[in-house]
Amino acid sequence: MEHEGPRLPAPRGPLSRGVDAHLRGAGRLPRLEDVARAEVYGEDLQLALYLCYELHYRGFEGVPAEREWDPGLLRVRAAMEQRFLSALRTDAHVHDSVDEALAGLLVEPVEGTGVSHFLRDEGELWQVREYAAQRSLYHLKEADPHAWVLPRLWGRAKAAMAAVEFDEWGGGRADRVHASLFADLMTDLGLDPTYGRYLDAASAEALVTVNMMSLFGLHRALRGALVGHFATVEITSSPGSRRLAEAMRRTGAGPAAEHFYDEHVEADAVHEQVVRHDVIGGLLEREPHLAPDVAFGIDATEFVEERFGTRLLADWRASRSSLRAPLAPEAAHTS
Amino acid sequence: MPNSPSDRSAAPRRVTVQRKGPLLMEGPVEVELEDGSVVTSDRFRVALCTCRRSRRYPWCDTSHRDRA
Repeated sequence: MEHEGPRLPAPRGPLSRGVDAHLRGAGRLPRLEDVARAEVYGEDLQLALYLCYELHYRGFEGVPAEREWDPGLLRVRAAMEQRFLSALRTDAHVHDSVDEALAGLLVEPVEGTGVSHFLRDEGELWQVREYAAQRSLYHLKEADPHAWVLPRLWGRAKAAMAAVEFDEWGGGRADRVHASLFADLMTDLGLDPTYGRYLDAASAEALVTVNMMSLFGLHRALRGALVGHFATVEITSSPGSRRLAEAMRRTGAGPAAEHFYDEHVEADAVHEQVVRHDVIGGLLEREPHLAPDVAFGIDATEFVEERFGTRLLADWRASRSSLRAPLAPEAAHTS
Repeated sequence: MPNSPSDRSAAPRRVTVQRKGPLLMEGPVEVELEDGSVVTSDRFRVALCTCRRSRRYPWCDTSHRDRA
C-alpha cells in the first residue's frame, strides 16, 4: 500500500522541508514558530499543508498510511490551518447573507476578464496545457474533497449532495467518473495523467484552491463553508466550462478534452439547481445558524479563484510559464 | 411506445417549475422535439430549458442568467 501513492514533491521552504522529513522518517517536524512566521498563502506553507492533507486521500510513495493520524503532524497541521482559515476569513469576507453572496454568481458578465475568457479568446495550446496541469491537482480527485461533508448533512441536504456526488463519480459507471474524463483530457493534451504528477509544478495559488477544499471538507465545524464552496463551483462551472470547451476546440486540444468541458456545461447546469435549492436550502432549514458560514464559503471560493486566475494571466501576458517546472513539449497525438 | 397503466409507477412524477430558470424533473427523460426527433438524458435530475436561449436545447446550459 505504501508504495502506491505519488512521489513526495521537493520542499519549498522550512515548513514543507520539516513535514517532508517527518513523512520520510528522517527529520524533525517544523516548529510552531516557523508556522507563525511563514507567508500564509506562500509556496512553503501551502505545500506543507497540501502534504498533510494528501495523507487523507492517496498518501505518498514510501509513507506509511498510519501517518494520516500522527498526532505530532496533526498539531503542526492545525497551526497551519488556523493561520490559513483566519487569513481567508479576513481577506475574503464580503457578503452578510447567502442570497447576496449567490446573487453575484448568478449574473454573467457581458465582458468577462477571467481565465476561461482568456483561454477562449486568445489562449494558446501551451497555456491550455499549463491550465490543465495546474487544475489536475483537483480534477484528478474531482468531488472527493466534498465527500467528507456527507456524514455531516441530514435529510434533504444529504440526499441531494449524495445525488450530485454520484453524478460526479460517473453515476455508477467507471468510464464516466469525472476524474477519469479529466485524465483523458490530459492524455489528449500530451500530459501525464498520473495522480500527483504535477504537484511539483503547481503554483502556490493552485495549491491554495485545493487546500481550501480539504480544509472545509475535513472539518465538521466548516460544513456550512464546504456547502457554500461547492455551490460556487457548481454555479460558475457551467458557463466557464462552455468557454473552456470552446478553447479546447479552437486550440485543437482533442475530442476527450472537448468532452470533459462539454459534459460539465450540461451536468453543472443541473447540479447548480440541486445544490442551491436542496443542499443549501436543506442545510439552512435544519441549521439556519450556518448561513454566515455558507456565505463565507462562497466568498472564500471567489477570493482564491480570483487570486489563481490573476496569477495565471499575469504570467501568460508576460509570456512566462505559470508553472514551477516547465512541461515537456507536447508529444504528437493522433486525433 | 409503452403506455399501459402497468408500465407506470403509481406515484405521480414531480416537475419543479420556477419563474426564472429551467424546469426540473427526475431523470431519465426522453424529449420529443418539434421535428419529431427524440433526445434522452439519464441524469438523476434533468434541467429543461424554458428560456429557449440554450445552445444545448432542450437541456439547460444556464443561458437564462442575467447579463451585466
